[in-house]
Amino acid sequence: MRYHPLSDADRQTMLAAIGAADIEALYADAPPSTLLKAPLDLPPHRSEMEVERLLRRLAARNVPAGRVPFFVGAGAYRHHVPASVDHLIQRSEFLTSYTPYQPEISQGTLHYLFEFQTQVALLTGMEVANASMYDGSTATAEAVLMAHRLTKRRRALLSGGLHPHYAEVVRTISRLADDEVADMAPDPFGAEDLVAQIDDTLSCVVVQTPDVFGNLRDLTSLAEACHRHGALLVAVVTEAVSLGAITPPGAMGADIVVGEGQSIGNALNFGGPYVGLFATRHDYVRQMPGRLAGESVDADGRRSFVLTLSTREQHIRRDKATSNICTNSGLCALAFSIHLTLLGEAGLAKLARANHANAVALADMLETVAGVEILNKTFFNEFTLRVPGGAAALVEKLAAKGVLAGVPVSRLLPGAGLDDLLLVASTEMNTSEDRAAFVAALEETL
Amino acid sequence: MLDRPAHLPMEEPRATFTGNRGLDQEEALIFESGRCDVSGVDVEEPPPVASRLGSHARKDPIGLPGLTEPEAMRHYVRLSRRNYSIDAGLYPLGSCTMKHNPRINEKMARLEGFADIHPLQPVSTVQGALELMETLADWLLTLTNMQAIALSPKAGAHGELCGMMAIKSAIAAKGEGETRKVVLIPQSAHGTNPATAALLGFSVRIVPAAADGTVRVAAVREALGADVAAIMLTNPNTCGLFERDIVEIAEAVHEAGAYFYCDGANFNAIAGVARPGDFGVDAMHINLHKTFSTPHGGGGPGAGPVVLSKRLAAFAPVPFIRRAGDRLTLVEDATGTQSFGRLAAFHGQMGMFVRALAYLVAHGGDGVAEASKDAVLAANYVRAGLRDVMTQPFGDRPCMHEVLFDDAWLKDTGVTTLDFAKAMIDEGYHPMTMYFPLVVHGAMLIEPTESESKASLDLFIATLRDLARSAREGDRARFDQAPYLAPRRRVDETLAARKPVLRWSPGE
Repeated sequence: MRYHPLSDADRQTMLAAIGAADIEALYADAPPSTLLKAPLDLPPHRSEMEVERLLRRLAARNVPAGRVPFFVGAGAYRHHVPASVDHLIQRSEFLTSYTPYQPEISQGTLHYLFEFQTQVALLTGMEVANASMYDGSTATAEAVLMAHRLTKRRRALLSGGLHPHYAEVVRTISRLADDEVADMAPDPFGAEDLVAQIDDTLSCVVVQTPDVFGNLRDLTSLAEACHRHGALLVAVVTEAVSLGAITPPGAMGADIVVGEGQSIGNALNFGGPYVGLFATRHDYVRQMPGRLAGESVDADGRRSFVLTLSTREQHIRRDKATSNICTNSGLCALAFSIHLTLLGEAGLAKLARANHANAVALADMLETVAGVEILNKTFFNEFTLRVPGGAAALVEKLAAKGVLAGVPVSRLLPGAGLDDLLLVASTEMNTSEDRAAFVAALEETL
Repeated sequence: MLDRPAHLPMEEPRATFTGNRGLDQEEALIFESGRCDVSGVDVEEPPPVASRLGSHARKDPIGLPGLTEPEAMRHYVRLSRRNYSIDAGLYPLGSCTMKHNPRINEKMARLEGFADIHPLQPVSTVQGALELMETLADWLLTLTNMQAIALSPKAGAHGELCGMMAIKSAIAAKGEGETRKVVLIPQSAHGTNPATAALLGFSVRIVPAAADGTVRVAAVREALGADVAAIMLTNPNTCGLFERDIVEIAEAVHEAGAYFYCDGANFNAIAGVARPGDFGVDAMHINLHKTFSTPHGGGGPGAGPVVLSKRLAAFAPVPFIRRAGDRLTLVEDATGTQSFGRLAAFHGQMGMFVRALAYLVAHGGDGVAEASKDAVLAANYVRAGLRDVMTQPFGDRPCMHEVLFDDAWLKDTGVTTLDFAKAMIDEGYHPMTMYFPLVVHGAMLIEPTESESKASLDLFIATLRDLARSAREGDRARFDQAPYLAPRRRVDETLAARKPVLRWSPGE
């Protein structure tokens, strides 16, 4: 095995030094009944060339987004990632390092996490952010748990515009943690009245903008209503690029902003790994889950960074911990941070403008197709189409024609009676040729 | 000013104008060096359209600085040089497993057929991805002899949550949700275990360990009762020992109507050698990043698939893959099943699945077993090399893939475990895991892994012996406020916690 440096002679010398007759002697504590008597029925080791052949064969059975006109979004977005981002995150010192528990030799990681935290806070319009979460959906569930801790209440209200997977994650953990969830019906028009549902039993209201149907939401009056009733407003952002163009939740009174950072610096990856964003107010920092990098000094007085406030964490507080999380998405956070650093404010604004412009151009064209209707009054880079004859079947037919047209709402909300709705996303990656191909295929199919 | 250790040059480094020390270059924050009107990316000019943002358009500036591409390159390369990594040297972190990260795995994960596919594109266009997940699942089920698998957990602790959710659901399905509210957890457990149990509304009952560092079946029997939902046990345990009573413990737990959750963090000691299904495990997470070498990436992403016994299989979270002849489908909706629901958006850490499968295929069944055995051999070799100068809390006996020392041997030297660890940095090593497990005073948990050559282990042992000699001989200067030779001297962690500065602010 080429990954294992010990030779048989080494092994014998080492066993002699230990004073063990053979390797089995080292497993003497294991009850004999638990040790395998024969090798498992698994293939033998393979050369690098064979590994590559096998995995390339599997990869070739998929249709990559870059090969077709591609309009799929709903919580994961295809953007251009500069080559330098992937190059930098593959540097050994980033890729193959561990959690920065030893700050003296982990300043690289700690320094970029401190920058990441600042970038996320600025982008969301909040005061502080953590060093990232698993992804946007789990960050949302953690935000609800944090709101419970802060308000000492255990009932959350979920907007009908929240990504159905995110809502399911919150419902799953709430059910199993014996907390309560109040659900609003799916809200394709972004017109639900959340304010009317707020009372003094709620810990938080969870609302997404742009919502899963693409509608932009003004959260100002909702935030006021939450605060009047002692509840927190949790705002969810699944398309981080949108924050380059629209008013951030922090400026509209949100108390916790969680988001999916995949859009910036990270590939689609069939759903993971992604990077969860988590930002809040200074006052709530000690109830925030996840890791935090903070500034300090070393013994020579030089500025240094270190993981901090770990008294909230599981390895100190154990069953009193703020959460059971002991991981962040360090490398994905680095990709996010590098990409955002390359963009800067000017680049992000232009990228956001390009996304919106391409989506509007597509919407303008789709509205000319007979039988197709766009539901949204406002959107950023994704909107909802009403199509005749069922969206799921339409998507399959268009896929057969080589166009990946979007996400049928029925895939996210089976049984909700929204079978004629299709979510369509367009980013800076889409060309006018892509748009023309989509419209032509649609006209041909309908 | 402290005395410098005798083996280091006596003079302080010459002060420089820049603050740099040769190749060790200081680096500003991007907020200090960048400008908001600078961009390192040329974004194409968008087509002119009428905005549909309505009144939501952003009015206020964000304050995000930009760097040009060459500036960004330098910034991050300079930062990278302040990090230790497994590619740079031995990383003996017990319980964390820092082994070689083969680069073929990275190359494969970046194939457009894996990296550039969307989780919600039609399943007919991602058959290869589903086949990859199915293949990985087969490998993991074979290695563990378990019935079902949940691939979606995004990290080890998320896997724990998943396994315990399956257990809680199974208990509820039997109508025992109101009575079984206690989870048994050994004193030496990972901190995530009690946190996970508490998150799900269980109370924690601690099971003491015997003097030999393992949990005895008698102690488990003592703690068991009709109120117990499960035990969360790590095997091999966090003291680096195989739980000798594991089979009897599983039987006792099952007889009491409870479930056996095994923390799989240390699966890399036994993969290919023993199967958790054979010792009665009901649920176990597998840290793909530890056992199957997906890189740790400075703290993540991880991946924590959970294998489940027949008793728990029906409660697995969505999504799962179903095969109908040649065609694979994805069950994403829990309606009408006993599944406990959804743990995360989409299908799990696909990028990690690719890396783990590449690792497994490269190793084969033979290589996986060899890796486990070599890891155990290396840990015992370190034990043999240090047993006469450092003390072991549970006596000199074979360990699994990690070897545990305590600080009894440092008594009266004035050197602490922390000092000793920091002095290792001056010798070019990442410190071992310190002060864990909590049940051992001044714990030092060393995990060399199968990736180290004999020469590398010999040098490591010789270095630790030399440090031990220094400590014993009273060379305090080598340890007090160490490290001396790292990019930073000892960092003030108390100050950071007392006056938290968690972001850059304008005007700082």
